[in-house]
Amino acid sequence: MTTTTNTPTKDTVWVEQEALIDRIPRWLAMTLLFVIVVGIWDLVTRMGWVSVIILPTPAETLNDLFFVGNNLISGKYMLDALWTTTLTVIYGFAIATGIGFSLGVLVGETKFGERGVMPYLVAIDAMPKIAFAPLFIAWLGFDIGSKVALAAFIATFPIVVATAAGLYAATENERMLFKAMGATRMQTLLRLKLPTGLPYIFTGLKIAAVGVMAGAITGEFLGGGKGFGALIRQAASQLNTPRVFSLILYLSLLGLALYFIVAWAQRRFVFWQKVDQKGGVA
Amino acid sequence: MKEQQPQNNGPGFQQTLPVYDIERLSKTYSRNNLVALTDVNLRIHQREFVSIIGSSGCGKSTLLKIMAGLLPPTTGSVMLEGRPVLGPRPDIGMMFQQATLLPWKTTIENIVLPIEIREGRTAAKAAYTRAKELLELVGLKDFANVYPGELSGGMAQRASICRMLVADPAMLLLDEPFSALDELTRDFMNMELQRICLERGATAFLVTHSLDEAVILSDRILVMKPRPGRIVEDVKIDLPRPRNLEMINTPEFGQIVSHIRGLLGQEAFQ
Repeated sequence: MTTTTNTPTKDTVWVEQEALIDRIPRWLAMTLLFVIVVGIWDLVTRMGWVSVIILPTPAETLNDLFFVGNNLISGKYMLDALWTTTLTVIYGFAIATGIGFSLGVLVGETKFGERGVMPYLVAIDAMPKIAFAPLFIAWLGFDIGSKVALAAFIATFPIVVATAAGLYAATENERMLFKAMGATRMQTLLRLKLPTGLPYIFTGLKIAAVGVMAGAITGEFLGGGKGFGALIRQAASQLNTPRVFSLILYLSLLGLALYFIVAWAQRRFVFWQKVDQKGGVA
Repeated sequence: MKEQQPQNNGPGFQQTLPVYDIERLSKTYSRNNLVALTDVNLRIHQREFVSIIGSSGCGKSTLLKIMAGLLPPTTGSVMLEGRPVLGPRPDIGMMFQQATLLPWKTTIENIVLPIEIREGRTAAKAAYTRAKELLELVGLKDFANVYPGELSGGMAQRASICRMLVADPAMLLLDEPFSALDELTRDFMNMELQRICLERGATAFLVTHSLDEAVILSDRILVMKPRPGRIVEDVKIDLPRPRNLEMINTPEFGQIVSHIRGLLGQEAFQ
């Protein structure tokens, strides 16, 4: 892809040419990819290569996006469903954060946690957690509780692991410094280990933010109720594929919102850390 | 220049009360039965600058940790200003290879950290005036409210000098403080360290594996050999103070360096 210019430059000057694909700005790259994908999608449906029941046309989907959007804005039943799912996600995330953080501190700070608790956590984490959904439904019913439980259950483990890893992140010299200053264990934990571990903890929270969405929706698929997951299942059973597509799109906005709230909190509280554009740890 | 009696007075100040008094110290790690130190006797007097030099793993860091109260000795006693060292003490100031400044605290907040830990936030705030004086002393006056991420390596180490000095410790323990810096900065920082120590009449103990650094800074150099870790000679450095980097090229300097190099054996340095 290198473009060679034939302009008569002095041969003492070395002009480094960047390939065109590397010079493309972000907005253009994103638009381009979007146009390509939608173009192929349109072509495939227009030519009748794929049945519209399996894959609706982009126009149909856009149409339905407006319909669902309108329903949401005018506060109809879909907004209630979205609100139910949002609550499930918020409760699930809050519970996962509370339990995950506490267990993480126990594992990362005490030998008992490291030796006694961690092996069990690893064992549970290795299980397919979605398989627990029927249990939660049996225990907590078809209401929001069972969905919250599944969402929290899935999201807890990344936070435990991240918190424990974060507490190990302080260097030997930093620990020695605190010891030499006569810091108590609690002081060392609160003023050295936790702040040092914050970038790790936030990474865990971001993974959990994705997990909690998956848990909530899975719960709603399996346990019914009034959430967005139930709407999706309903639309799918009616072969209303455009609806499924647009519901998923709106749902992804919820997931993105949660992710960006966490990313914002990270920039706010871990201000000393350089964060790259993707929001990851630099 | 070579003397086996460390009990002599130091650089010749009137009162030479021993600050540190270490007797028949030994350390054996029970984990692997490794004898890290054996029969270490050491006295450091007021306003003395003493270095300890030796190859990696000779036990010099173990000695420093014991002196700092971070590690208990197996046998023997460590007295600091007449009281046994039984744990970390506020009258010891420490400096490490890395500046270890907390990135979420400003320079000045980092400097008063030892006071914050021991006496709380109010006392730490009250120490700001003092911290500012120290920043001026090391030439960082304008960087008080800057986060460490914006400081260069040398500046960060100067800030950590301030942190070490803020509680006005009786003894400074320096664990290869400038070894992570580039050589030009290191030379400069060594001269700064000398100036600060002379200005404050500080008593200091430096762990290093740089011969030049040890000779240019010290009144006495303890030469250590490994397996088991022991002090083989106490070398007195009679070069006049204040010292400067040009002295490295004098024959006297060269003589001392080659003498110590001979003691350490060829295998220790390349």
